[in-house]
Amino acid sequence: MRVRLDPGGPLMVEGPVEVELEDGTVVRSDRFQCAVCVCRRSRTYPWCDTSHRGRSHDGRRRGDEGGRER
Amino acid sequence: MTAIPVRAGPRPPVRPGAPAQPAHHAPPPRPRGELSEAALGALTGADPGEPLRLPSAREAAAVDPLGEDSQLTLYVLYELHYRGFPGVPASWEWHPDLLRLRGDLERGFEDALRERTAGGIDLAAELDALLVEPVHPQDPSVSHHLADTGVWWQLREYLAHRSVYHLKEADPHAWVIPRLTGQAKASLVAVEFDEFGGGRGERVHARLFADLLAAADLDDRYGGHLDAAPAVTLATVNLMSLTGLHRSLRGALVGHFAAAEITTAPSARRMVRALEHSGHGEPGFTRFYTEHIEADAVHEQVMRHEVIGALLAAEPELTADVVFGIQATGLLEERLAAHLVDAWTAGRVSLRVPLPDGPHAGTDA
Ligand code: FES
Ligand SMILES: [Fe+2]
Ligand SMILES: [Fe+2]
Repeated sequence: MRVRLDPGGPLMVEGPVEVELEDGTVVRSDRFQCAVCVCRRSRTYPWCDTSHRGRSHDGRRRGDEGGRER
Repeated sequence: MTAIPVRAGPRPPVRPGAPAQPAHHAPPPRPRGELSEAALGALTGADPGEPLRLPSAREAAAVDPLGEDSQLTLYVLYELHYRGFPGVPASWEWHPDLLRLRGDLERGFEDALRERTAGGIDLAAELDALLVEPVHPQDPSVSHHLADTGVWWQLREYLAHRSVYHLKEADPHAWVIPRLTGQAKASLVAVEFDEFGGGRGERVHARLFADLLAAADLDDRYGGHLDAAPAVTLATVNLMSLTGLHRSLRGALVGHFAAAEITTAPSARRMVRALEHSGHGEPGFTRFYTEHIEADAVHEQVMRHEVIGALLAAEPELTADVVFGIQATGLLEERLAAHLVDAWTAGRVSLRVPLPDGPHAGTDA
């Protein structure tokens, strides 16, 4: 199995993955690759939800949009 | 822990020759000017075996490349390569006169995009900019608007706009597969596999979106909101078809795909919040977006590190095209966001045709 750590981001693990949480519950993802949150900020913990990203307070970013899901 | 479902039992009977759910495919749209009049007139009335009389290159060039008539004509001509339209013979797909008209319109469209984007080869700067989340964005952001002040009729309009893409979600990106090799190909196909439900028909992202449309009491037919979608919406999908269908633009398709995946997870989170605020927080409404929070956090990583990384290691000369794909995506998404937020802030309908049961129904938008 291959694992990759994104600097500042999640741990990428080839799926399917089972993660045992502190309270003993096990969550499973059968995605081909899973992003395991290591920053602890995710609201879908243990899966990364990109909450690790830097934030800007000047309100600037090019290419902002809304919900163009792929 | 969830049990792994084991599938057993007989498959549902397949009726040979049964039409593919004709009720789930809307008829061709209404024209919006001379170009779309000519193209749709041919598709719905002429004989595919005969030569056509279509607008000349000069006539096509005289029409605004980002306007309603050009963008609808492009969308309709591209649709022939996807699922087409009920009652329109599939043999139109490769009719030389239609391909000629499409080529003329594509040149105008691509030129317009290049004129309005900065270009360059600083890919790292483009990606870094996308990876920062503004807390209070300066430019109009649809998902911020909907999450903060959005109301149900605006959310429903938004779903109608996005249906022109989401009902064919990830289809345009499949065209790039034979144009890639090695790791770039393997990784892009892995993302596509996930987009197409990981082997499960009921999890195909386009299907999740159709389920959301149905839950929101909206027309969930393929092409059901095409007449209502303005050029600013159609252009976002035409960009994918343009870059997907041209091998020369494969770098731009990959750039577009990466940009979309990078920006989705945070905006999908806001869409869930918007649905919850409007009283539609049940999984039947939120599933499409909750799936994208988790999926695109993965897809983003794969697109950046594996697809772009491997593509440019093999073909570094494509860097400018990848940058172009990212910039063109940003440009078209910003135009759409400005259109939507302006309309809603002023209390106006953002669609060309109001939703039948929305506010302003029965009036001209
Ligand atoms: S690592 Fe991405 S949210 Fe924590
Ligand atoms: Fe995705
Ligand atoms: Fe998707």
